Amino acid sequence: MSETAERAPASGPPADPALAPGQPGARASSVGRIGIRLIQQRELTVFIVAVGLVIYFSSVSSSFFTRDDLVNISQIIAPLAIIACGEVFLLICGELDLSVGFVYGFAPFLMHYLIDFYSVPAIPAMILCLVFGLVFGYINGFITIALGVPSFITTLGTGLILLGFTLVTSNAYPALIPESAVGPGHWIGTYAWSMITWAIVLVIFFQIVLSRTRWGLHTVAVGGNILGASEAGIKVKRIKYGNFMITSTLGAFVGLQVAFQTNSIDPSSGGYQPMFYAIAAAVIGGTVLSGGSGTIVGAFLGACVLGIMQGGFTLIGISANPLGIIFGGAILIAMIVNVQFTRLRNAGRT
Amino acid sequence: MTTPASGQPAEPAGAPSGAGGTATADPDVLRAEHISKRFGAVTALRDVNLHLARGEVLGLIGDNGAGKSTLLKILCGFQRPTTGRILLHGQEVTFKSVDHARSLGIDAVYQDLALINELTVFHNMYLNREHVRGPLLSNRSMRREARKHLDEMGIQIPSVDVAVAKLSGGQRQAIAVARSVYSDAKILLLDEPLAAMGVKEGAIILDLVQDLKRRGDVSVIIIAHNYGQVLEVCDRVNLVQHGEITLDKMSRDTSVQELTELVVAEYRKAMEARQHNA
Repeated sequence: MSETAERAPASGPPADPALAPGQPGARASSVGRIGIRLIQQRELTVFIVAVGLVIYFSSVSSSFFTRDDLVNISQIIAPLAIIACGEVFLLICGELDLSVGFVYGFAPFLMHYLIDFYSVPAIPAMILCLVFGLVFGYINGFITIALGVPSFITTLGTGLILLGFTLVTSNAYPALIPESAVGPGHWIGTYAWSMITWAIVLVIFFQIVLSRTRWGLHTVAVGGNILGASEAGIKVKRIKYGNFMITSTLGAFVGLQVAFQTNSIDPSSGGYQPMFYAIAAAVIGGTVLSGGSGTIVGAFLGACVLGIMQGGFTLIGISANPLGIIFGGAILIAMIVNVQFTRLRNAGRT
Repeated sequence: MTTPASGQPAEPAGAPSGAGGTATADPDVLRAEHISKRFGAVTALRDVNLHLARGEVLGLIGDNGAGKSTLLKILCGFQRPTTGRILLHGQEVTFKSVDHARSLGIDAVYQDLALINELTVFHNMYLNREHVRGPLLSNRSMRREARKHLDEMGIQIPSVDVAVAKLSGGQRQAIAVARSVYSDAKILLLDEPLAAMGVKEGAIILDLVQDLKRRGDVSVIIIAHNYGQVLEVCDRVNLVQHGEITLDKMSRDTSVQELTELVVAEYRKAMEARQHNA
């Protein structure tokens, strides 16, 4: 599954077969080719880790490759991968969104309120949830860009406000999926493979946006050299606003998916965990926290590693208690390896 | 939004007026009148008047912090003057943005180069005026054009596909200058284009400016510290001191010695004033 996605961006426009994912324009000239190999190596490392995990789990558990288990793991991976699409764009342009998990939590409630209390038809209600994501992202952008609050604090605040809003309006009670939404919901999250299909489509789409459009190029430029980008006439603020809006909208979408998939609207759904895992996935996949570089495909592979670990350890029956130790350790080891590899690569390039 | 650069600018319609200006009604392509700029309590520029004729190369010299870069940033639309006005071809303009100024034919190379380390050479050369086909970047055409222009200018880099971070200071500078020269700009503003340059790379930039001068339709303002180079390549020099233009002479009427003495005299006066105060 991850292999398909890894090749995907390159197979988009036929003009540029040697284009490395995430490094716009790197191409097969003698120097470029070595560059591509090095860049791909980073994603390759993550890919190898993912394959290694699959081999390990399938050797210790006979049920790892059963359909049910693959579906289960794909449903862990998908939300992380989709949220990571947004976070990668934000991280590359030098920002961060801690609130996305709360948009994820609130969006299905908003759908429920709109349909059940305001008699909005299902599909417009879902679209309004996505519009809410856009508006919420705009607010994050406004506080960060126009009012100058660091995005870490902005989104911490807006996220908590939205959590409070979710709890107050729902009285902290779960709700049922509105009947009119059940049908369309199948395509969004209920069918076994809906979520991962959306995830792969979005990963391919956003990888192309990142490496083959002006928006992606300008996002890298803003994160790499914000003054230089603005001197070149790039509309820095617009890029940042847009990436906040992408992230929140994806958060709303994931919230709807998970609600359909679990067949309930739960006030404890979302929160910090999916957001932090998505950021971890992005960073494991090679996105630099300080901005300027990153890839969507890498983040997807990072999400695969995290999803396979979570699903696998659960499957082989490790109790929930030490899971945190294993998980945290694995994230750290993956990152240490990546950072050290990068250091070696940089040392060898001059 | 932005027009892709398309090789050599077209030949001017009228006859190019020689350096220094001819007897036409208004030979100046660019004129700044009574420009001042304050940053809070700091006055960076006060009542600056500057003019630039068609095809002319003007050198801006002066000590660090004298206001040269600020003046340039105002002329290219990156900053707005606190007071004063700018006339372009005799018409008053207010630059809304760098893009706006660029659409009017003014382009700048900044001291910090405005290059993005993470991006390749050709993406940097077409930054914010990318070639696109539909929604997608047309990397192939940008790569080809970038390679062609750099070859024409004799700028040697390993490949247009390498990230700018991997190039030397001089190579980076050369790329920043090449980017502006091939942007179809009619007025080029170069902020210390020779800093960080080796002798050979510096010569490339100077040759480039000479080429532009010969073409006659591009006007250039250069900030530089090497007075010898300034006098060699510029038609006229302006000396900026404490946010004011204190000297405006044709290059042939002045000398390295005179310019040096003026700057040193300023320095001495400042030192004496300091001692006097102490």
